[in-house]
Amino acid sequence: MVEELGTTTEGDLIINVGPQHPATHGVLHLVITLNGETIKKVEPHLGYIHRSIEKMCESLTYRQFIYVTSRMDYLSAHINNHACALCVEKGMQIEVPERAQVIRVLMDELTRIASHELWWGAMAMDLGAFTPFFHAFRERETINDIMEETCGARLTMNYMVPGGVMADLHPDFQKRVKAFISLYRSKIKEYDEMLTGNIIFQNRMKGVGYLSPEDAISYGCSGPAARGSGVSCDIRKLYPYEVYNKVQFEEVLETAGDSFARYMVRIREMNQSVSIIEQLIDNIPEGDYQAKTKAVLKLPKGEFYTRVETARGELGVYIVSEGATTPYRIKFRSPGFSNLSALDHMARGSKLGDLVAMMGTLDLVIPDIDR
Amino acid sequence: MWSFSKIANLIHEWLNQTFNPTLATIIEMVIVGIAVIGLFAVLGLVLVIMERKVSAWIQIRLGPNRVGPKGMLQSLADTLKLLVKEAMTPSGSDKFLFNLAPYIAMMVAMLLMAPIAFASNFQMWDLNIGVLYVSAVSSISVISILIAGWASNNKYSLMGAMRSGAQIVSYELSAGLSILAVVVLTGSLNINDIIQSQANGWWIFKGHIPAIIAFIVFITAVTAETNRAPFDLAEAESELTAGFHTEYSGMKFALFFLAEYVNVFIVCAIGATLFLGGWMPFHVGNWQGFNHVMDYIPGSVWFFGKTFFLIFVIMWFRWTFPRLRIDQLLNLEWKYLLPISMFNILLVTAMAILGWHF
Amino acid sequence: MELEELKTNITELLPAAAFEEGGEWLTVHVEPSAWAVFASQLRHTDSLFFDYLFCLTCVDWKTHLTMVYHLSSVKYRHNMVVKIKIDRNKPEIETVSNIWRTAEFHEREVYEMFGVQFINHPDLRLLILPDGWEGKKPLLKDFDDPVNMIKL
Repeated sequence: MVEELGTTTEGDLIINVGPQHPATHGVLHLVITLNGETIKKVEPHLGYIHRSIEKMCESLTYRQFIYVTSRMDYLSAHINNHACALCVEKGMQIEVPERAQVIRVLMDELTRIASHELWWGAMAMDLGAFTPFFHAFRERETINDIMEETCGARLTMNYMVPGGVMADLHPDFQKRVKAFISLYRSKIKEYDEMLTGNIIFQNRMKGVGYLSPEDAISYGCSGPAARGSGVSCDIRKLYPYEVYNKVQFEEVLETAGDSFARYMVRIREMNQSVSIIEQLIDNIPEGDYQAKTKAVLKLPKGEFYTRVETARGELGVYIVSEGATTPYRIKFRSPGFSNLSALDHMARGSKLGDLVAMMGTLDLVIPDIDR
Repeated sequence: MWSFSKIANLIHEWLNQTFNPTLATIIEMVIVGIAVIGLFAVLGLVLVIMERKVSAWIQIRLGPNRVGPKGMLQSLADTLKLLVKEAMTPSGSDKFLFNLAPYIAMMVAMLLMAPIAFASNFQMWDLNIGVLYVSAVSSISVISILIAGWASNNKYSLMGAMRSGAQIVSYELSAGLSILAVVVLTGSLNINDIIQSQANGWWIFKGHIPAIIAFIVFITAVTAETNRAPFDLAEAESELTAGFHTEYSGMKFALFFLAEYVNVFIVCAIGATLFLGGWMPFHVGNWQGFNHVMDYIPGSVWFFGKTFFLIFVIMWFRWTFPRLRIDQLLNLEWKYLLPISMFNILLVTAMAILGWHF
Repeated sequence: MELEELKTNITELLPAAAFEEGGEWLTVHVEPSAWAVFASQLRHTDSLFFDYLFCLTCVDWKTHLTMVYHLSSVKYRHNMVVKIKIDRNKPEIETVSNIWRTAEFHEREVYEMFGVQFINHPDLRLLILPDGWEGKKPLLKDFDDPVNMIKL
């Protein structure tokens, strides 16, 4: 008798994956109903790292609240800061100097590569291949070093401020980024040899966690999770910000909708990010790195919404202002939160071992989900 | 030239001259027992450090490099840590079975040492059904895993144990059939006879393609049987935290750990014995000079060299492949390996009857 | 679709809709009672086809709550914002989780943070907050936690 998925009956095995579990990479708690090895239902319990950043931001000024957002999606801290800075600039109508715009895009793309590197290594480790993790971290380390030189931090950079960036680039920045790119071009082939072409890996990924385009849209998926299903949703292309409309890059789309498609989207996206960096690194215009802004920022009364593309998908920042120095209400539409909601739909009927492949390709970062 | 058998004979003669035969036999047994336990401990230490160094080499790291010269004493320090660690027993567990399981795992690994020929005439028990004994006793190890999983009273452990049960029982078939290929070629179950039959060439060379197929099937099956990656579903760190030994700590965990490594050693030793000629040196046809030089290398060096090469191969698997899924694992066995090895047995039998091998 | 065209289309669907000027996107104010039908129309009308709900949140205005829905159409690439005023003392609104599946999680978040009851929601429980926080509504402006809240 085929039992209905999504229900719990007598005799089902209910296991708690998390909050401490090697595959959740953080404090995600999934209550899984199993029939043997087959998943009947996945129920996420969130909040283990909920810090109520939205409430916190209500008592912070427009200059201060940006620093808190580095702690949401810590793997794309630059991009979070960027989104907030953009939203404040939209409200204040600050014109950002072109040099700052280019620096921001460069940093965003470096962050995206670093984030995808970590995802690649961690996902391979979830599938039982330990080696890629170390190879990925070797390259990620280089990016972190570059970031450290310019921003002074390796993970929570707090480099973007309303009006531009906090400090000028380090003199070695261009040289080191170029060295990184030439190294990276050779390493990305190594990644393919190490994991992508592996027959066991392909069997683990293909046909696993299918998400149809309609479902992907309905579940609010964005980023590689949706682009793996063929849904065009790259904010950098659709609603270009900064200098994204001046650089040539391709929105990566795969149509299969399974875990392997999502995997390939990210792998190909890394190449696109490298090509964006290549186009910009020699063309950083001279000029100010920060626009002249008032010491105390007061956003006019109104509502402002910005969307940016983080490594995980669409990050929305919604600021409701009452004309004070602090936001009246702020809402972060985090990509992970919506992507996670599709997990139950994807996982039903597959094996327990597939769950880690799905979680891996959704690239869940728990502080981003809980905020 | 020294050899293990000479040393063993010297001790045997000396004991028989000094004591009466009964006492001498008892003392010999004690010596053998201590030697096995010593070998067991040394193997554990060596294989753990080897695994860590191999994985470090594959993963562009240095590996342990602080304790002792080049970190070679790291596993000794680890053992010490595990010894003094508290061995906890969960309150909801079946205490007797929970404590029993690691010892069964250990005992099976020790029993399997008996028929292995470490060098010429150096064997604990020259059993006339040596190969059968090995495949029979190694099946018991699944019981220890099942007991550990059940007695832990933990869902992860139970799932790991169930996976392991399905896995070991299935892969034993193709491991057995690939061993059978060599038995058919040799016509004997005795490990010494099998080694002697390879005096003029190892079976992997003499047996043409069927022997190579049998060898590949054997290596795959024993990797699965010892629960090593890519078949480590019973432990499956990212799925089942640590599978059947989730609840074990301290020395009880160490025993499982040790048993795993000794099992790896044993299956590799069997593989080396069956396919790579055990302690037989490497000979090439009638290159007299070359063969003579090869004969100067002691048999024990050949044996351990081959065994550790196979261990290295198995470690190489572990650090390069992703893990299979449970249904893929069983598909691989029942849909591919088993039919292949059955067909292979037919080929080998035909070859043995027609005398097509060298 | 152009802003004006969108406006006309929406007025056709819901003559009572009030438009708010000044925002980046077309902003429509809707009565809570009309929302369930209107949401379904927004999603299923071929010329509008708002299939992507990219943000769902609530704002506490001390006198009332405002539900804010940010909608987008993947097919036509137009966006709009729907705002619904609801009673602060008895916040209730029809769920849209049957129309946009992503709303299920977002509504649970709004439920625990603002105490808004979503009628016909399949599984309205705490999602982020731990047990024992039912009905505490931490994102309301009058919520105060002297221990855990840091004010600058």
